[in-house]
Amino acid sequence: MRAKSVFLTVAHRLAILAYIAFALFPLFWLLKVAVTPNDLLYSEGIRLWPSRASLEHFDFVLRHSAFPVFFRNSLIVSGSTAVVVTILASLSGYALSRFRFRGKYWLVTLMLLTQMFPLVMLVAPIFKILSPLGLTNSLTGLVIVYSAFNVPFATFLMQSFFDGIPKDLEEAAMIDGATQFVAFRQIILPLTLPGIAATLGFVFTAAWSELLFSLMLISGNDQATFPVGLLSFVSKFSVDFGQMMAAGVLALIPACLFFLLIQRYLVQGLTAGAVKG
Amino acid sequence: MASIDIANIQKSYGVHPVLHDVDLKIRDGEFVVLVGPSGCGKSTLLRMIAGLESVTGGEIRIAGKRVNELAPKDRDIAMVFQSYALYPHMSVARNMSYSLRLRKTPKERIATVVTGAAAKLGLEPLLERRPKALSGGQRQRVAMGRAIVRQPKAFLFDEPLSNLDARLREQMRAEIKKLHKDLGATSIYVTHDQIEAMTLADRIVAMNAGVVQQVGSPLDLYDRPANLFVAGFIGSPGMNFFEGTSRAGDRPLFEIAGDIGIPLDAPPPLANNAQATLGIRPEHIVLAGHGPETLLATVDLVEPTGFGIILHLSLGRAGFKVFTNDRSFLTASGTVPVHFPAHSLHFFDSEGNRV
Ligand SMILES: Nc1ncnc2c1ncn2[C@@H]1O[C@H](COP(=O)(O)OP(=O)(O)OP(=O)(O)O)[C@@H](O)[C@H]1O
Ligand SMILES: [Mg+2]
Repeated sequence: MRAKSVFLTVAHRLAILAYIAFALFPLFWLLKVAVTPNDLLYSEGIRLWPSRASLEHFDFVLRHSAFPVFFRNSLIVSGSTAVVVTILASLSGYALSRFRFRGKYWLVTLMLLTQMFPLVMLVAPIFKILSPLGLTNSLTGLVIVYSAFNVPFATFLMQSFFDGIPKDLEEAAMIDGATQFVAFRQIILPLTLPGIAATLGFVFTAAWSELLFSLMLISGNDQATFPVGLLSFVSKFSVDFGQMMAAGVLALIPACLFFLLIQRYLVQGLTAGAVKG
Repeated sequence: MASIDIANIQKSYGVHPVLHDVDLKIRDGEFVVLVGPSGCGKSTLLRMIAGLESVTGGEIRIAGKRVNELAPKDRDIAMVFQSYALYPHMSVARNMSYSLRLRKTPKERIATVVTGAAAKLGLEPLLERRPKALSGGQRQRVAMGRAIVRQPKAFLFDEPLSNLDARLREQMRAEIKKLHKDLGATSIYVTHDQIEAMTLADRIVAMNAGVVQQVGSPLDLYDRPANLFVAGFIGSPGMNFFEGTSRAGDRPLFEIAGDIGIPLDAPPPLANNAQATLGIRPEHIVLAGHGPETLLATVDLVEPTGFGIILHLSLGRAGFKVFTNDRSFLTASGTVPVHFPAHSLHFFDSEGNRV
């Protein structure tokens, strides 16, 4: 009996370990290529770690490429999108969760429908809309487009968090003398922090890694975001793998920092949302 | 404190009527208990008074002022929820002071009031804790504390004790009664626990399917139930009912199924041969012979409760219960003599109304 349970525990841990190794291997490879000097890249292509590591690619990327600009642009776009979407989704998710109003069913259906389009189909129309407004080749334009795409899903996400908070709480607050909005701000919002963190995280990463629209709406290096910037390492005749990977490693940092910051709420939040379905 | 007038209140959800013409005048300082089976609309009525549900028809007045269109915050009432609805992210003290802070009460005054309420409820050592770290009984007290820190026009309670175990419930019941004696606040209390209703109420409002069945003092409802519903609902174990026919004569009888005649000491308030229902409470049936025509009932089951004994008996096909404190019946078997004293009998006509 005991031996069996020990065996099961070990097998369980090993399975988790195997999964983690599988999931993290690409990241490891990214790092490995980033520190491999160019002359060893092809000769030692399949070794797990190069015989000689160097930071020359990082140095190049940070000091001699336009990368810091891409980086800043990405931060601005992703951060703004995350904040804008989360604010909008909190308000609309609350409305969907708490209010009954005419046309609610159709509104929800419409929002679901927007999630069904392949985005490629929308590139041309969106370009046509934004260009006379002067919003192509601008970070603001990107923020608007990303926000529009992310609001529906984020709204559903936030709605499920609001659904998980008993209605009694805001009713108690209203009887205590709060208006519905004050009850929302002082009682419901603080309790939804996990949901807000999850939404922020989700939207931030979605915007951070978005390539298609950034590529199509932005021309030139000044306004390019980091995924587009990565493409600049691909030239007509060669690919600068080392620099590209170094840039990739750097690009992971803000995402990691961001999740480190919100992970305390996130674990709580994702499970809360999950139970609610 | 204030009176609450409820005039012809109706409530429908869509096309489904939930409350039909509820009419109720609650006096200043009165403790009124709403009882009734699940789904009869007690919570709905309470929530309409609080302003949490819209009013479909009729008028609600608090202290003489129409409040139908008033937001909950402007009605100046306090409510204790069944779920307690404590704010999870606030300490006990902040939970209790929330309403005062919303009203921009000066800090020193908040401190005094909260300390006072905490003392009254034995919450002083818990003031800095979060609700998560409290037991069910303590949470209940905090919910009460939140209601009493300000002087509202009325207190509303929606089954505040139903999540507590029996012993704690008994204790909190007594505390609520004491609190009401201290504060003298107009209170409306929803419960489906009839002991709570009997012990707490100045007046009980018995409801069924959205209709008020009877309004009266606890003893009114116990002694003179207005209809079969109230008769069956108030009292535990519940009142026994026998359907049958009244037979006049020198020796009036109430004849039940199987041609069994229950002898009546006095003529019933019924016409001869009238179909009716006879009701008698288990605690009022006398287990003794009475004259030559002693009724003998068959013993089906003996249930000792510690405090007394519940005998399940039958007369022909009609089963009924008797409550007695006489322990000699613990071993009862076969048949026992039963007597139905005239002053304990209730008669209901074929519509179920008291006659
Ligand atoms: N939002 C709603 N929509 C439709 N029907 C409702 C709604 N809320 C309550 N009802 C109905 O109204 C009736 C009365 O409900 P209410 O909650 O007042 O009952 P109650 O007497 O408090 O019951 P309980 O003792 O179980 O709490 C029920 O039949 C219920 O199904
Ligand atoms: Mg209820």
